[in-house]
Amino acid sequence: MKFTLKIWRQKNAKAKGRFETYQVEGISPDTSFLEMLDILNEKLVREGKEPVAFDHDCREGICGMCSLYVNGRAHGPDDDVTTCQLHCRKFHDGDTITIEPWRSAAFPVIKDLVVNRGAFDQILQAGGFINIGGIVPDANAIPISKVDADESMDAAACIGCGACVATCKNGSAMLFVAARVSSLAKLPQGRVEAARRAKAMVAKMDELGFGACSNTQACEAECPKGVSIAHIARLNREFLLAKVQD
Amino acid sequence: MFLLVFVALHLALNLAAVVSADLYRQACEFMDTNILVKIMVPVLALGFIVHILFSIFVEFKNWTGRPAEMRYAVPCKTKVSSWASKNMFVLGVIVVLFLVLHFTHFWMHMQLQSFLGKEGTDPYQLVVNTFSNPVICVLYIVWFAAIYFHISHGFWSAFQSIGLNNSKWLPRLQFLAKLYAICVFLGFTLIPVYFLCCKCCCCAGSC
Ligand code: SF4
Ligand code: FES
Repeated sequence: MKFTLKIWRQKNAKAKGRFETYQVEGISPDTSFLEMLDILNEKLVREGKEPVAFDHDCREGICGMCSLYVNGRAHGPDDDVTTCQLHCRKFHDGDTITIEPWRSAAFPVIKDLVVNRGAFDQILQAGGFINIGGIVPDANAIPISKVDADESMDAAACIGCGACVATCKNGSAMLFVAARVSSLAKLPQGRVEAARRAKAMVAKMDELGFGACSNTQACEAECPKGVSIAHIARLNREFLLAKVQD
Repeated sequence: MFLLVFVALHLALNLAAVVSADLYRQACEFMDTNILVKIMVPVLALGFIVHILFSIFVEFKNWTGRPAEMRYAVPCKTKVSSWASKNMFVLGVIVVLFLVLHFTHFWMHMQLQSFLGKEGTDPYQLVVNTFSNPVICVLYIVWFAAIYFHISHGFWSAFQSIGLNNSKWLPRLQFLAKLYAICVFLGFTLIPVYFLCCKCCCCAGSC
């Protein structure tokens, strides 16, 4: 396969970026999207040019590091996959593919397609943990209903990739925060601090410059792990109840 | 949610005009004298003001969430979002602009007059006169269309935002939102259409 790639290039966080166009040829349809970028980078290195910087790690959809906005969609044209799980067969031979970094006030570009998602870490540090003192009972010894365990696991599937923020027209991090709050709120261990957690994480999210949720549902459509906006409803519930209790 | 109840009540009272002139006059008289209504008017006004101010605040925050210089070169291709959900603020502005027009047509001649202790215009005659103009009728129908879109998203979105939603209720609430918005649109549209047609028929009869 042959593609024309329009890729966002930006020297560093302060530099002004621009699109540059590259050609790649002889790509197998079964090549993964990131391998295709590897092939481009090898070519650029051979030509003595700066390779394109992009985030990746596990390349199997579990770490949440890959983060490309491909032809107008976070993680590209396939549903329920991360960019590293996207394959070239999802495109047509001769296509022009536009690759952009996540765009959000809270995720500044560091270089080319790499953005700083440290804001997510800060939100987690604000309350995305369990901190119960004393003797913690063995998790397997606490009875938890299957329904609750399943719902908690569905939310815990979030890999923190940031596609929800990248897709949302408001650059809102509600789906990410909701996934964290929801996965813990559904378990007895997490319930203890549920109120404090919801308030602290929402406050941090607001402070870091993410937009608010206007329920467009774009986030759940692009979330590679299928985290549902039902978790956002739970976050709203937890947050309001916590505020009322104050 | 409070505003949604108000819309339903407003519609019910207006439909009285389609049933009979006397019923409509009675409905207006009731709204003018009932103590509970008198208490609820400032609460409603406050509800609207809070709704408008809060949406301006949130919209501004959302613009800064992805500022203009950070827009994507390729516009978002995610299909699921409804058109209304992405344009709630614009729809809200349209609704408010037409609301001003609506106030000059009715509120200024009815509620304001009674508030000032003066005799207002006969409410039924006011409706007949206003909707005898086809341009005004079309403007009102455009307004109702904007309200339709605003409510078709706003209805379920309100439940979601206060946490009264889950996977099971999401499709139900979205269905109810559409149903409610359609009823509101058709119900309100019936009024100018009825009066315009009625007037035309009278003309045709007299000519
Ligand atoms: S909620 Fe989904 S899209 Fe958002 S960070 Fe988690 S996995 Fe990524
Ligand atoms: S590289 Fe780990 S999820 Fe894509």
